[in-house]
Amino acid sequence: MPKLNSPAELEELSKDILSKRDSAKPCIAICAGTGCHSLGNQDIINAFKEEIKKQSLKVKVDIRETGCPGFCEKGPVVVIYPEEICYLEVTPEDAPEIVSQTVVNKKVIDRLLYADPDSGEKAVHEYEIPFYQNQMRLLISNNIKIDPRSIDDYLAVGGYSSLAKVLLDMSPEQVITEIKESGLRGRSGGGFPAGRKWEACLIAQADTKYVICNCHEGDPGAFVDRRMMEANPHSILEGMIIGAYAIKANQGYIFVGDEFPLTVENTGIAIRQAEEYGLLGKNILGSGFDLTIRINIDGGGYVCGESTALMASLEGRVGEPVTKYDHATERGLWAKPTVLNNLQTWANVPLIINQGAAKYSSIGTESSKGTRVFSLSGNVKNSGLVEVPMGITLREIIFDIGGGIRDDKKFKGVQVGGPLGGFVPENQLDLRVDFDELSKAGLSMGPSLIVLDENTCIVDMVKYFFTFLYNESCGKCTPCREGLRQTLRIVTNISEGKGKEDDIELLEAISEVQKEASLCALGQGASGPLLSMIKNFRDELDAHIKEKRCPALVCKELSTITSK
Amino acid sequence: MDDTKIEQIINRYQDEASSLIQILLDIQKETRWLSNEILEKVSQKLEVPFSKVLHTATFFKSFSVIPEGRHEIQVCNGTSCHVRGSSRVLGTVQDLTGIKPGETDPDLKFSLEAVTCLGGCSSGPVMVVDGKHHVRMDPTGAEDVLKNCD
Repeated sequence: MPKLNSPAELEELSKDILSKRDSAKPCIAICAGTGCHSLGNQDIINAFKEEIKKQSLKVKVDIRETGCPGFCEKGPVVVIYPEEICYLEVTPEDAPEIVSQTVVNKKVIDRLLYADPDSGEKAVHEYEIPFYQNQMRLLISNNIKIDPRSIDDYLAVGGYSSLAKVLLDMSPEQVITEIKESGLRGRSGGGFPAGRKWEACLIAQADTKYVICNCHEGDPGAFVDRRMMEANPHSILEGMIIGAYAIKANQGYIFVGDEFPLTVENTGIAIRQAEEYGLLGKNILGSGFDLTIRINIDGGGYVCGESTALMASLEGRVGEPVTKYDHATERGLWAKPTVLNNLQTWANVPLIINQGAAKYSSIGTESSKGTRVFSLSGNVKNSGLVEVPMGITLREIIFDIGGGIRDDKKFKGVQVGGPLGGFVPENQLDLRVDFDELSKAGLSMGPSLIVLDENTCIVDMVKYFFTFLYNESCGKCTPCREGLRQTLRIVTNISEGKGKEDDIELLEAISEVQKEASLCALGQGASGPLLSMIKNFRDELDAHIKEKRCPALVCKELSTITSK
Repeated sequence: MDDTKIEQIINRYQDEASSLIQILLDIQKETRWLSNEILEKVSQKLEVPFSKVLHTATFFKSFSVIPEGRHEIQVCNGTSCHVRGSSRVLGTVQDLTGIKPGETDPDLKFSLEAVTCLGGCSSGPVMVVDGKHHVRMDPTGAEDVLKNCD
């Protein structure tokens, strides 16, 4: 493939790809994402390939290995085009039947469809399933339509057209104005306005500048960033190229955790393809703008998601945070102006450029615009990747999209914001997904929502998070290192029936010091789960301390049944 | 691992000391763990103090400075797997293998790791043995999986 030398050539190529595609040609789209991988999707992909070969349909039928369509609970997901018939929980044994019945004879196989758990009514298409119906999928809707390893697939759905628009008739200042007007806020949790960050970096005087995509996502139980990256890597690259153009950076990094080999692999392929097409490298689309993007794999450490630790790690040092005297937009990576954004923030950029700031900002609330992708998991019926408009309530996400609690148990709470977040009890479920509203409630906009049922013990959960944080603290500053150690000790005592009445006061005092005196967000935010337990689940905590009883029967030492 | 192989990997990164983490990750991919000997060689080749190389190799969770067993067990202990009972799975694995997370048994049969998220949250608890995913695990299921390891 020769290099593209102008936005016009890119448009020509996209048109050409599209014209060669026959939308009436049958296609079997199979989720090849990490979620379905653990359910054995590779066997299913092989079974379909085998069957197509056996029935000599290779020329007539396409097989597409796609990114994650989101409904991981009912995976592996297979969608048959052009009718868009959605089959769930497919096994390799189903492949022959699907090919001969559905692909060839256009008959729907009833048993593989989604069935409503109450009425038993079947849904043939994705958009008829309540899990999808109640979402607003702007960033992840293309996942099932493209093979993440094919740049042509991305071009066929209008990919890189935002970049062409930017390079053709927008100045860096105009791009930044557009992002500012869209109201896009950083998706890492803090919610800093992206446009303002970019502007500060553009103004900063330096010969070298950097853009970084944070795809580290060390939260236990969060799989959004890595899943979005592996499913549609070109959309992230496009956002980063536009951002680099806006702040005049020529070098970019994607920082990714090593637990997800598929993410690293797909991103690497995407970068190579973009380079071949002239969308990365020297003189991008003939505009005179250069950009190189490299992947940097994390050595494993939750704290490396913190901006200064992340940059230290990129520089090859151990991931220990340092005090932030300067903004990264002035002195960031290698002391040069740097824009570090979360993967989801970058993913929004092509969308904003494509549809315009006005349309984008019509979605969401006064202070939080656009959509938010969450990983919904835990004790919820429909777990998976969900994208919702800002302003939706937690109740709607858990009950309308998530379908309520597994095994029809009672809802206890939902964990929002990961180890630095907190627990939301039933009476606060009408909290809206909004940066300011969540922050007022002492929570952060983390990527994971983990639903807890009545069989979960809140003391055990807090112990779990403190064990995690204690192991992940870099140990550099005393308030975090010692604070976590002491908190974990006291909480463990409580869970073992050795709690004392003044423990709560002591825990609160430790939290306060830790919050004020820790060096980075890990130590400062660590008390989140603890304080929300004290505030919202006091009865259960008291039962552990005063009555030496674990109501959920989880804490081993407090759950022994004694005979009369 | 011989010197040439280490050199090849270091050359991939143009002998840059700032690529230390990437270099160690690449070496570990081949050797499965980082011996003192390897760390010393990297230190010499990159001209980075040995203390710094050791600091890096012991700071990050992905690196192992003890030998790995023939079978690598990873039990996911992410929040979602935790609320679905992964600690009971981990407990069973610990009982059966006699080792704790981060350890290898004296016969070099098993190495055990408790990891934070394998991304299979919808089908947890997840356990991975030698790269193969086992989903919706419970103590009995874990026992069956381990029985098949020789």
